[in-house]
Amino acid sequence: MAQLNVNIGALQMASPVMTASGTFGYGLEFADFIDFRTLGGIIVKGTTLHPRQGNPYPRMAETAQGMLNCVGLQNPGVEHFCHDTYPLIKDLPTNVLVNVSGSSPEDYAECARHINALEQIPAIELNISCPNVKDGGMAFGVTCEGAASVVRAVRQAYDKTLIVKLSPNVTSITDIAKAVEAEGADAVSLINTLMGTSIDIERRVRRLSIGTGGLSGPCVKPVALRMVYQVARAVQIPVVGLGGISSAEDAIEFLMAGATAIEVGTANFLDPSTSQKIAEGIDEWLDRHGVQDVHEIIGCVE
Amino acid sequence: MKHILDLRVVTVEHPRADYVLLKLTNPAGPMPAMEPGQFVEVRVDGSATTFLRRPISINHADEQELWLLVHCVGNGTRQLAQLQEGDTLNCLLPLGHGYTMTTGETRHYLLIGGGVGTAPLLYLGRRLQALGHKVSFILGGRSAVDVLQVELFEQLGQVYITTNDGTLGEQGFVTQHSILSQEHFDQICTCGPKPMMQAVVRWAKANGVPCEVSLENMMACGLGACLCCVEQTVKGNVCVCKEGPVFDMNELNWE
Ligand SMILES: Cc1cc2nc3c(=O)[nH]c(=O)nc-3n(C[C@H](O)[C@H](O)[C@H](O)COP(=O)(O)OP(=O)(O)OC[C@H]3O[C@@H](n4cnc5c(N)ncnc54)[C@H](O)[C@@H]3O)c2cc1C
Ligand SMILES: Cc1cc2nc3c(=O)[nH]c(=O)nc-3n(C[C@H](O)[C@H](O)[C@H](O)COP(=O)(O)O)c2cc1C
Ligand code: FES
Repeated sequence: MAQLNVNIGALQMASPVMTASGTFGYGLEFADFIDFRTLGGIIVKGTTLHPRQGNPYPRMAETAQGMLNCVGLQNPGVEHFCHDTYPLIKDLPTNVLVNVSGSSPEDYAECARHINALEQIPAIELNISCPNVKDGGMAFGVTCEGAASVVRAVRQAYDKTLIVKLSPNVTSITDIAKAVEAEGADAVSLINTLMGTSIDIERRVRRLSIGTGGLSGPCVKPVALRMVYQVARAVQIPVVGLGGISSAEDAIEFLMAGATAIEVGTANFLDPSTSQKIAEGIDEWLDRHGVQDVHEIIGCVE
Repeated sequence: MKHILDLRVVTVEHPRADYVLLKLTNPAGPMPAMEPGQFVEVRVDGSATTFLRRPISINHADEQELWLLVHCVGNGTRQLAQLQEGDTLNCLLPLGHGYTMTTGETRHYLLIGGGVGTAPLLYLGRRLQALGHKVSFILGGRSAVDVLQVELFEQLGQVYITTNDGTLGEQGFVTQHSILSQEHFDQICTCGPKPMMQAVVRWAKANGVPCEVSLENMMACGLGACLCCVEQTVKGNVCVCKEGPVFDMNELNWE
């Protein structure tokens, strides 16, 4: 057993492995397949101040080694989360984080304020990078001023660990990372999905209901890894890496690139026990290589 | 409880060139209990273009075997047709909610299927028969070759067939079969192409017969986690993989 504990701000985790928002429901869907104690945390579906129905079906198109989705933040709203969902998941034996989204800085802040009151939610991940909703989401994540304005508003409403999730659909992700660090983010996570599209040539239409969607899965890994490497060198705060991670080896690449923790997303769909296997696989790899503490490999690559 | 299992392929039958019937066993123990209308997410290996699992209905299940009847329509399903006896198929099961089966009073169920949509109705028919209910079937297809497993359905009850070209049974659509005006049915269960099921629902509503339908929306996770497979219902967008795939017709926003 190597030492796997890592910290993100005040958030203490038993393992660097978390599950990515939107790919793990509220955790309970995976209860038959996972021992939650092996994970550092789970990040539940994007939550907004008011309920959202999301985009029309079809919301998904398969691609080579990946998929496009345009779910569009369907969720029952933060009040429903606090009253109905939170009691069911608060005692899961791992950290439960909430992914927060909104359409104005005030929205984000109000949603975060609700969650600040929940004792057993130690951190939130601020989604300023959803490519599938018009009003907000990625609109904030693509400019330094937009990103800063959301983090500034939320920082005043939320005093626990604040992770800000960055969009890869930008010219310079390091500039955005620095902007949110300056506003008091405790960590950044990256990447959210890459904007793409897909065409059904027989019917001559785009496959997704809103035309475009976010690309995820193994096909995005090299892009994500490059961005994590760059951002880890540009900011002082911890970086959480994700994008296409499907194995312990993938996860170790992100750790070596400079990520303090990682998230598993689309891979949960292929094998619902993947996140646990990745956590155990990292441990085995460290043992096999005589590494006593995961920190010895975090950012070890020049 | 849901399971991920490496099932063994023990029999591979090709009822038609573009169909495969896979009979699977569980080397690790008895086959988990499954309800008619629930489904399995199978992992397709060896296809460069198949990334996600594929949802397939339960054609038959008991403690020994699970049957999957697959229509080869694309790369993933064509790859499944290449499986050989002795191969392993990784399955996530059982998923979703199946058809409602009443106990107690004996009722007359009408199961209406089209194309490969007849697959779950075989298992449903078997379970309903075991509960003592009377079961009749209307099976539809474009042509005679599209109507499969007829001899198995005939062991369970009356089988009525329609084909669009009239090569088997009555010519026309399932909702045009003459039996519909001759007999009384207490409950309809249907699975097949959406336009067919919509026609069945129109008939059921017009004739005051309760009806459950099984949807085939495209899925990624099969667990209710990704929200990709939603259908608009009276309760808003709900996940077909978790709340369905079987729905009461009155829950859907269909005319
Ligand atoms: C709950 C459920 C139960 C099902 N049961 C069965 C079954 O018992 N037997 C069977 O043969 N098929 C069944 N299907 C349909 C089956 O999942 C699809 O045919 C299969 O996913 C297609 O995969 P492919 O790689 O061969 O085709 P692809 O290359 O992915 O696509 C080929 C064509 O199939 C269509 N298609 C893709 N996914 C689906 C889907 N989920 N539903 C309908 N069409 C789709 C595509 O639009 C395309 O036109 C079921 C689907 C669901 C959701
Ligand atoms: C179906 C689906 C839904 C998602 N929903 C959200 C969401 O609500 N909030 C969010 O921040 N990211 C969401 N994401 C993005 C993922 O959390 C993750 O950033 C992305 O998929 C890249 O990681 P992966 O390649 O490991 O999946 C979603 C991704 C998918 C595939
Ligand atoms: S397929 Fe993921 S929620 Fe239904």
